[in-house]
Amino acid sequence: MSSTRTGGGFRIAVLLLGFAFLYAPIGLLVLYSFNASRLVTVWAGFSTRWYGELARNEGFRAAALTSFEVATFAATIALVLGTLAGFSMSRFSRFRGRTIFGFALLAPLVVPEVILGLSLLLLFVSCENWIGWPSRGIPTITVAHAMFGACFVSVLVRAQLAGFDRALEEAALDLGARPSTVLVRITLPGISPALISGWLLAFTLSLDDLVVASFVTGPSATTLPMAVFSSVRLGVSPEVNALATLFLGLVFVLVALAFWLTAREERRRHTA
Amino acid sequence: MIGIGRFGRMLLIGVPFFWLALFFLLPLWIVVKISLAESVIGIPPYTPLVTHGVSGLKFHATLANFALLVHDQLYLRAYFGSLGNAAVATVLCLLLGYPIAYAIARTRGRRRQVLLFLVMLPFWTSFLIRVYAWIAILAPNGILNELLTGLGLISEPLPLLNNQFSVELGLVYSYLPFMILPVYGSLSALDESLLEAAADLGARPVPVFFEVILPLTVPGIAAGSLLVLIPAIGEFVIPDLLGGPDTLMIGKVLWDEFFNNRDWPVASAVAVVLVAVLAIPILFAQRFLERSRIA
Repeated sequence: MSSTRTGGGFRIAVLLLGFAFLYAPIGLLVLYSFNASRLVTVWAGFSTRWYGELARNEGFRAAALTSFEVATFAATIALVLGTLAGFSMSRFSRFRGRTIFGFALLAPLVVPEVILGLSLLLLFVSCENWIGWPSRGIPTITVAHAMFGACFVSVLVRAQLAGFDRALEEAALDLGARPSTVLVRITLPGISPALISGWLLAFTLSLDDLVVASFVTGPSATTLPMAVFSSVRLGVSPEVNALATLFLGLVFVLVALAFWLTAREERRRHTA
Repeated sequence: MIGIGRFGRMLLIGVPFFWLALFFLLPLWIVVKISLAESVIGIPPYTPLVTHGVSGLKFHATLANFALLVHDQLYLRAYFGSLGNAAVATVLCLLLGYPIAYAIARTRGRRRQVLLFLVMLPFWTSFLIRVYAWIAILAPNGILNELLTGLGLISEPLPLLNNQFSVELGLVYSYLPFMILPVYGSLSALDESLLEAAADLGARPVPVFFEVILPLTVPGIAAGSLLVLIPAIGEFVIPDLLGGPDTLMIGKVLWDEFFNNRDWPVASAVAVVLVAVLAIPILFAQRFLERSRIA
């Protein structure tokens, strides 16, 4: 882009307004989590009271544990399957069913959550009728999250493989390394930024999902977004603000880490 | 990959393929099947399509659920409501997002990385929390109304929440990063020499923008528009939390049909039509994603 200075003021104004719009609601949410008053609009002084209340809230704590369990398993399954899928699409330009495979990998990224949730629930219910399994709850939510998580991982892995220098693999093979050694020592380390950010993305998407989990869950399992949603439907509560603040803090740390790792990898590649 | 053999290759492709066929394609097929069934009270709450009788297999399929979607005004209005809301949100996201993407593309060095990080961050944080944040701001006794009343600008609280305005605001707020990132992508890929050539030939900034920059960033605009439009059409959380009684969006109708009316066949029919409505933009989006991958 041209580097004329004429648009400098305009550029800064746009950035300030744009980022104010994106971050003001989040900032206010965090601010009011430290409000002493139960009323969200009246500032009654600084207090960490709602964090204490939150720690005593059994419902939120149980839901948080459920969510972390689901997200950990779902992200791990998604990482394995998404990496396999990314490899298949990136390394094999022709195989039977490639078009429909590619469609099935990308469509879940854009199909509305209500449809993903409804269709998976109907699958689980049909399955339960045929063979008495699975009973709905944590396992079904995990499978559902791993399904769309794998699609996101495959996109990241494909993008990284596209920029991967295959001469490295070929050199290692020419020098007599076994294919499994090449995979473990050359290929996987080479795409590690995609693997790390893929796992983290699948993890946060699972942690964040309300709609799909609401459909496929059974009477026993409540995830954190479901608990938050039913509380939010009753009105704004400072406890939810406190919970949201903790959640945002956690996500910020994870994403900053993923971003930093990717940036470091890119720098290393540029200097190499 | 070299040297993994036929079996290895079959496994590599087969495992994720089977997974997606089982948990994405098969469920969609079941939705189509149940959309042709009748609703009954029982577990599961729909009639089987095929039954084994004395006289062999019998098929029962009905289009009654689809007829209902056409005859009952509610569903048509919800489909058009969703399309309309999503289209307005897409245009607003473009008008807001393009300048932001442009400003980021003109920022140099590390600062640009930080700005990109800040655009991407909301994408990773809870959607639900970001929508919830607006309730406290827009409520009749919310932060914005209190502020305006305190400043003496208004005497009565403005009706900001649970109406068309708050739904539109929620959509734009939630999906803005999806517009900024692809537009930024095509802006940063612009060949600078073209702009310098235009400037050298005496073109003024405004014509350069409309005749050089804008046409060259059409792929980014198209990708961003699809990434906003498609999920916005099927949105549930925003119309549910920020919408009012006059908000009709199909994602919420599907949810209510399923959870409140417990009519699984009608909910399935709503989903089938929604997929059909979305198929065209989704196919476009897929082609864009494929092309950007190759490029």
